[in-house]
Amino acid sequence: MLAKKKCIAMLLAGGQGSRLYALTNKIAKPAVPFGGKYRIIDFPLSNCVNSGIDTVGVLTQYQPLILNEYIGNGQPWDLDRNYGGVHILSPYQAKEGREWYKGTANAIYQNLYFIKRYNPEHVLILSGDHIYKMNYDEMLRTHVDANADCTIATIRVPFEEASRFGIINAKSNGEIYEFEEKPKNPKSNLASMGIYIFKAEKLYKYLEEDEKLENTKNDFGGDVLPRMLSLGEKMMTYEFEGYWKDVGTISSLYDANMDLLGDSPNLDIDDKMWVIRSRNAIAPPHYIGKNARVVNSGIIAGCEIEGTVENSVFSHNVIVEEGAVVKNSVIFSGTTIKKGSVVENSIIDENVTIGENAKVGKLNDEKLISVIGRDVVVSKGAVVNAGDIIDKNV
Amino acid sequence: MNALGLVFSNIHDNSIPELTQERTMGSIPFCGRYRLVDFALSNMVNSGITKVGVITKSNYQSLMDHIGSGKDWDLSRRHGGLHILPPFGLKENVLYNTRLEALRGARTFISRSDEEYVVMTDCDIVCNMNYDEILDNHIKQKADITLVYVKKNAEEIKDHSTYTVLDVQKSGRVNGIYFEPKIDGELNFYTNVCVMKRTLLEMLISNAFSHNYNHFGQDVLARNVNNLRIMGYEHKGYFMVVRTLLSYYTESLKFLDKNIRDEVFRKVDIFTKVKDSVPTKYGANAVIKNSLIADGCSIEGTVENSIIFRGVKIGRGTVVKNSILMQGTITGENVSINAIITDKSVVIKDRRVLSGSETHPFYISKNNII
Repeated sequence: MLAKKKCIAMLLAGGQGSRLYALTNKIAKPAVPFGGKYRIIDFPLSNCVNSGIDTVGVLTQYQPLILNEYIGNGQPWDLDRNYGGVHILSPYQAKEGREWYKGTANAIYQNLYFIKRYNPEHVLILSGDHIYKMNYDEMLRTHVDANADCTIATIRVPFEEASRFGIINAKSNGEIYEFEEKPKNPKSNLASMGIYIFKAEKLYKYLEEDEKLENTKNDFGGDVLPRMLSLGEKMMTYEFEGYWKDVGTISSLYDANMDLLGDSPNLDIDDKMWVIRSRNAIAPPHYIGKNARVVNSGIIAGCEIEGTVENSVFSHNVIVEEGAVVKNSVIFSGTTIKKGSVVENSIIDENVTIGENAKVGKLNDEKLISVIGRDVVVSKGAVVNAGDIIDKNV
Repeated sequence: MNALGLVFSNIHDNSIPELTQERTMGSIPFCGRYRLVDFALSNMVNSGITKVGVITKSNYQSLMDHIGSGKDWDLSRRHGGLHILPPFGLKENVLYNTRLEALRGARTFISRSDEEYVVMTDCDIVCNMNYDEILDNHIKQKADITLVYVKKNAEEIKDHSTYTVLDVQKSGRVNGIYFEPKIDGELNFYTNVCVMKRTLLEMLISNAFSHNYNHFGQDVLARNVNNLRIMGYEHKGYFMVVRTLLSYYTESLKFLDKNIRDEVFRKVDIFTKVKDSVPTKYGANAVIKNSLIADGCSIEGTVENSIIFRGVKIGRGTVVKNSILMQGTITGENVSINAIITDKSVVIKDRRVLSGSETHPFYISKNNII
């Protein structure tokens, strides 16, 4: 008989990520490259594996090709298992009629059959658009110790930003008594991270009920969790301390990349105790040329650098020709930056060509970030202004 | 491709004792992130060979650790895939000494395979070789055995302890096979890559043993020059053979030339063991010129004309020139090194000054602390 799983994870990876504009025209947000050799989804997947969770359902919906191909059989994360492992769960048709995932709760509801096959005691719900290192096993332990029906991971945010988050009001022992969705006058600065652990049978019950209700958006934060609280279920917080960033916007994605640089980076990914795993590109070591200058940057395999690179993060196979200058930028794989061009304060997507003497973006204090979408060719001498988002050849 | 691959991981270990003291020829680190065996295995896989036997002899822990189940080469397969062939335990309890004895130890593996042909290679060479084209030529020429050679000048080979020269006629037929002859001018050097029918190989091995022969080249190939149709095939692309520490050093540094990198790495994929190294981080005072640098390094100092393997740390004020620093080498602050090869996990403490010469690089063995 197959063993009962203590906890399995369901990773919500279907979001379009419309606030990343050109970067998510052709790929789902969790598949967006990050930090040179990673994609956003490497963080929750690595967290799962490092926390001892070996069964992960990844719910995809929007532009899933690259994401599906990237996850593959899960081997880079040791999630190619005989029993468990990683599974891509797409919306499907069934006899009684199924449809696209309507909301986060509905996406899980449509896959209850998957969860029940493993007969887990607890279910961890994750989202695929956060950069952080977190031990879910510790969270699970506090959830079990408190005999909670649901535990929500929270993080302290600055009070002035609290109105952008789902705020949780809890007693000193961590027991939740109120949810406030993006409150104008927040009573606390404890924000929900969108990470939940449910007792499995409670999850089944509330999702099945939620499906029958009218006036529901089938959303965890807006519908399911408040309903559970109002019906007196025991809901606890798990306060997370450490680096956490929702990289749902251009500027937060940019900032998170920059957080990897410097002498004592805000986000330390060179952590032997918590390795972030990824599917590696097959490429030779990077080469830095005779007249190149590379300072305060992260560079990986396959890059060929003959120009100047400062304060930047490069994915594999980026070519910077002689005389080109890249400053304060994030460059995804396969991009070529030709002679004499200047790229500043920009995020450049995969397989872009920046023509000779072109100028993309500008160093500025207002944090205006220029974005060039995948496969775009910026022609010789063209100028892309600070803050412009380009997804067609210019 | 209907062929079985055989890779000799230990042949010629003695020619480069420094680097093979604790490893096989096949597991010598090369070019920042590779081991020499990666080139043989990648060539096999890129040519469509899906069953490969790696013949080992001694010190093959590092080799096993590197190739594992073969999954990084797509050789972890239900049918075929990678087979490590440890030395066959002879009654006298001695390990094989020659290629022929090694083949005898692998006889069961060879005879139980059902591929029609066998491709054999050593691990001391770096090249992109398409065995599929060689096999096509082999069949077209109705050859019994095809030997792959490269044209090289005698000058380039003179310090090699062992080499084989082929006399190839215009028709491609091999007229003679000579072992370490006096050489001059441009010659056809045998690469130790050969192709033949699997059943022929089996027959040659058992015949050789019934005659108590023990040298594959002399007793099997050279003796049969007139009996078998042995053809030569010239490999025209990049080819390098590692036969001395100096040639390891000079050939490695040639990879700083973009043309060679493009030829070896950009035409086909060279696969290697995947590690979850982080991106290499360059500090605010880093100065890098003309160097190849692998992932996972942290560089605060100056690096020129060097090859830096994965996970190397170079401290502030440190200057590294014309050197090869293998995986996990750590240099402190204000170190100065020139023409040095450090093996894995060497530590060089603050303010040390070390220099070899470009004609005699200084080698520091594994785990040493200087």
